[in-house]
Amino acid sequence: MTAYLGRRLAQALLQIWGAITIVFIALRVLPGDPAELILGSQATPEALEELRGSLGLDEPLLVQYATHMRDVVALDFGHSWRQSVSALDACLERLGSTLSLSAWAMVITIVLGFAAGSFAARRANTWADHLVSVSSLVGQALPPFWIGIMLSLIFARWLQILPSTADGTMVSLLLPAFTLALPFVGWLARLVRTGILEEMNQDYVRTAHAKGMSHRVVFSVHVLRNTLVPVVTMLGLLMGYFIANGVIVEVIFAWPGIGSLLIDSITFRDYAVVEAVLTVITVCYILLNLLVDVLYVYLDPRIQLENA
Amino acid sequence: MTVNVRGATLAGRLAGLPLRAHLALGTVLLFVLAGLLGPLLAPYDAARTSPVDRLLPPGTRLSDGAMAWLGTDQVGQDILAEVLAGMRTSLTVALVTVAVGGSVGLLLGLLAGYFGGWADGIISRVGDIQLAFPSLLLAILLAGVLGPSMVNVIIALAVTRWVIFARVVRGSALAVRDREFVDSARVMGASHARILAGYILPSCLPPLMVAATVQVGLTMVAEASLSFLGLGVPASQASWGSTIAEGRDYLASAWWIAAVPGAALALVVVSIGVLGDLLRDASDPMTEL
Repeated sequence: MTAYLGRRLAQALLQIWGAITIVFIALRVLPGDPAELILGSQATPEALEELRGSLGLDEPLLVQYATHMRDVVALDFGHSWRQSVSALDACLERLGSTLSLSAWAMVITIVLGFAAGSFAARRANTWADHLVSVSSLVGQALPPFWIGIMLSLIFARWLQILPSTADGTMVSLLLPAFTLALPFVGWLARLVRTGILEEMNQDYVRTAHAKGMSHRVVFSVHVLRNTLVPVVTMLGLLMGYFIANGVIVEVIFAWPGIGSLLIDSITFRDYAVVEAVLTVITVCYILLNLLVDVLYVYLDPRIQLENA
Repeated sequence: MTVNVRGATLAGRLAGLPLRAHLALGTVLLFVLAGLLGPLLAPYDAARTSPVDRLLPPGTRLSDGAMAWLGTDQVGQDILAEVLAGMRTSLTVALVTVAVGGSVGLLLGLLAGYFGGWADGIISRVGDIQLAFPSLLLAILLAGVLGPSMVNVIIALAVTRWVIFARVVRGSALAVRDREFVDSARVMGASHARILAGYILPSCLPPLMVAATVQVGLTMVAEASLSFLGLGVPASQASWGSTIAEGRDYLASAWWIAAVPGAALALVVVSIGVLGDLLRDASDPMTEL
């Protein structure tokens, strides 16, 4: 168990190092001259020279890389030139909004996904089951940003029951959270349905029935609990996905999270903030993956034995 | 292999397919055809504007007498022409991206799966690291740094896709490289190149084709997403994503600007997804061999 955890932790650290390196290559190596990219083509040679000096761009690339890694480890991403705060603060200030959006998307996914999945499993191979599986397939295939716009057209413009942009209220959370969740409601429903149908064929279910337990009790006490193991672990992956892919949803609904901050910062070439945001998101993403793997071993003793 | 079987009874095979396969195939063919013939049907010119024809609902006659079947946008462009031109952009980006990403993935996947050893170590490790970076964010980062152009969008998206193809190919190469028919070829003195081309490659192709089909659909969504964020193709080129982004500001007065290109994208992507599933089912017995 300890050996497995150690190996998995080392892998996560390697991935974090890799992610920081990818961002470094994209922002410092690819553009040729980052100073010109930041200041634009209209900049004077003096201004360019000064910025190159302050960014350390006149150093050899490897030295720049080493300096950069040291700064990142010290959580120093430099200053945002748009807002007069450090890039990390600008990012952390927005993180809460993104996390609450992701958390609500998660709640919606779990509630609707479990409801639809167990509904379909109990009526396996009826029209209701087929309806659930077809709509989940379509829901997964639709482009998320278009779903968002259509939902805001229907609920905010036509029916006028929900606000289309963030105004700080709970209701303004509904549309973006639902947009984020929708593709995964169907995904979870299918996962839950398959899980339940598999568990229903297990010996312990027959034993429970033989003991005279009612169908309802067998289902909610035994079957549902065993279905939870694979599902709960997948939900961790989903949280990471919500944080990373909330970018587009945040832009659509003008949600003040780190996703819309990222796009604004790219547009205004505020690269210190871009670096901070990408590092925060990928580290969250990688750590959630790590958490999922650990949780998986913890929840299912059979796996623990194999990997010990 | 599949081509031979299919070629023998193409008509019979088509007739045996379920209804959704026909619908999906028909939709994709219709869109490809419309994309190809677009300039003839309804020419699109990004620079042309017609203020009198602004924001007209679908089915209105324009000032020049033409019919705007799908309405017009905020500068008086015909939405139908814009959707057709966007189809060309979307299809071009998706096909070239999948071709580039697929070739790189095929090459590296074969290398990693067949030779194993340090080549596999490096390729798989780099792939792991890249997959730990959310692919949409990587595409946004690259497209944002490289600047808006079709080539840059293709580069950004191909970089995010190669890993997927490399993994698929590596998996199937790994599965066949120690099988008896490969061993016997090796015993007969066949070179690595000959074994790769004659024995390994044919078993890697069916799963690669399935992955490529699915990725064409996903790449179309990714291109539209980038263009929606203003990081995709330049404004002089039509893209469903940028049209949807423009339409977002006119949802109250002209819903069709955002709705129509999005519906087109959704329809194509769902159809391609259905085709991908069918292809997977069809190639499943092959991969088990």
